[in-house]
Amino acid sequence: MNESRRQILDRLRAVSREEGGVLQRRVDRRVWNQDEKVQRFAECMSAVRAEVYRTSEVSWVNDLQRILKSKGAGNLLYAPAKAHGKLLREDLSSSGIELVPYDLEVERWKRRLFEQMDASITGCRGAIAETGSLILWPDEDEPRLLSLIPPIHCVLLRAEQIYSTFSEAIDIQGWADGMPTNALLISGPSKSADIAQVLAYGVHGPKSLVILIIP
Amino acid sequence: MSGEFHDGVVKALGDDALRQHLRRAMDSLIAKRLAVFPDQDALQELRRYGMAIRGNALSKLPQLLERFEARCEENGIHVHWAETTDEANKTVFEILQSHDVKRLVKGKSMVSEEMGLNHFLEAKGIECLESDLGEFIIQLAGETPSHIVMPALHKSKQEIAELFHEKFPDIPYSDDVDELTAVARGILREKFMQADAGISGVNFLIAETGTLCLVENEGNGRMSTTVPPLHIAVTGIEKVVEELADVPPLLSLLTRSATGQPITTYFNMIKGPRQPGEKDGPQEVHLVLLDNGRSRIFADEELQATLRCIRCGACINHCPIYTRLGGHAYGTVYPGPIGSILEPQKEGLERLGELAEASTLCGACGEVCPVRIPIPKLLNRLRWEGVRRDGTGETSGQGRRRKHSESLAWKAWSSLASRPALYRIAVKSACRFRRMLPQQLGPWTHVRKAPEIAEKPLRELVEVQGLTDE
Repeated sequence: MNESRRQILDRLRAVSREEGGVLQRRVDRRVWNQDEKVQRFAECMSAVRAEVYRTSEVSWVNDLQRILKSKGAGNLLYAPAKAHGKLLREDLSSSGIELVPYDLEVERWKRRLFEQMDASITGCRGAIAETGSLILWPDEDEPRLLSLIPPIHCVLLRAEQIYSTFSEAIDIQGWADGMPTNALLISGPSKSADIAQVLAYGVHGPKSLVILIIP
Repeated sequence: MSGEFHDGVVKALGDDALRQHLRRAMDSLIAKRLAVFPDQDALQELRRYGMAIRGNALSKLPQLLERFEARCEENGIHVHWAETTDEANKTVFEILQSHDVKRLVKGKSMVSEEMGLNHFLEAKGIECLESDLGEFIIQLAGETPSHIVMPALHKSKQEIAELFHEKFPDIPYSDDVDELTAVARGILREKFMQADAGISGVNFLIAETGTLCLVENEGNGRMSTTVPPLHIAVTGIEKVVEELADVPPLLSLLTRSATGQPITTYFNMIKGPRQPGEKDGPQEVHLVLLDNGRSRIFADEELQATLRCIRCGACINHCPIYTRLGGHAYGTVYPGPIGSILEPQKEGLERLGELAEASTLCGACGEVCPVRIPIPKLLNRLRWEGVRRDGTGETSGQGRRRKHSESLAWKAWSSLASRPALYRIAVKSACRFRRMLPQQLGPWTHVRKAPEIAEKPLRELVEVQGLTDE
């Protein structure tokens, strides 16, 4: 194994090349104001069948409840330690939608997670207007599978956290200084065109992606 | 043409349904790509940038690989190196064996196809299930991918419906795409839950941060790399980029060139295994870096451009040869223009040098390549590598395609063309005795008429017109 490493690297090092010029890197930014960013984000998301709702700090729990009921969701997987988790416990508990905390290691309840969860909710670390993408940095409070296993994934997004491009988000949020175990861009519900180039939604991940934008 | 390739071509050209299907698919992909690059100047600027980013990474390849490896070790990812596909397969198997893995799920990976990993592991009694919908379909059919991005591109909806019906007789027949997709979702969810390990490919490796990046639409890549307790990624040594900032432009070029999407549904960046306190993600992450001829390609200054490839498949989608043949006729892992420069270099010109000749050199592949690989130029270069005799250069099988008769014909031509008097006599005689020249010229005249020589040479016609050499 180490022998292969040495041989591969030796062969690569044996090739001498003249130093190329220094790569001129640039941050790709757009001069869009917040309304334009929200507008562009919503258009891109709608184009891939994500549902975008503009809501508010006071009414998002109600809006979420209404959306979940209209989709027939009986339960909602959530991150109890997050700020929105506390709000949900206070305001959603009497709605008839069962709140299920993701507070165990996945091995201890895999089957239930896979087979019984109707919907989930997560926050996000911002979004990208240019491509219509959510930025998620799952962590110990909000695990990775929250945004993958339940058929409906709801996301809370603050409008001021929408960046114009991916390149701008990386730059402003300083990603290079410390990335999480897993970072994700999510740009719509799961989809595939592998059967005869016909687009089908909900292949392995969520069939619905619901985004609640809070100004 | 050799037997295998020739038979593949004949078979493909005889399949009218496949050709129509491919033409429609490619027209749609070409139109989608055009639609997401509305500004030609911006596109050309981005292509130059993409080329510079990949070129920069290759110019520092050994240093970047070491830096990447060091970051990975800090992050808790185990890095393994493999010279050959056989070594890579054994490495993967040893990791699986030490974890007592019986069943695994796979995300899409062309490098694992290159390794023949499924066959290798299944022979050792490990169940490997492809989870990308296209890969799942061709695995059911016992076939190989016919395209690097859309592996089941060659299959029609009806063929897939019949395949599902044959393999899952309990499920009612349907040729509805949503229903077929739902069937696959149901079967694969169970498999994700049960899998002891997940195997994936990688789109980019980031040296600065020690991150593996995966691009996908379905979520099976996330499933394979998140749900099972063990994740093994396999990729080629050329996939590394220097900085995180290099990723957004390449990602944008990749998804737009491949399928005309501004971005794919998921862009998954993995930095390491599950950390203390985290509730999901694999307990262990391994990465196998495969050489398999890449360092030899690296050694040639011109051919090194082959390694800039980000595997978008745009060259394939725009290739008139691929559109008439489909991917299987090539008989290689990577089909189309990129395959025709990559495969002969990996496998040797003596075996696959003819692929470089299976091109009209129309130039479409080079025009659309997001990292500006001069594919037509490299095809030509490989044709030359196949016949050159000076014994220098790195390409395996150099000079092995040289034919005595061809070499003699070219020598005669060059000797004739450098002696004006002799040349004039030869041309005049060819015109005079043109009816006596052979009408059967090998395979060329099987489907065409032999070229007719004019009554008078061009030189005489020009002189009659009163034009002179000056």
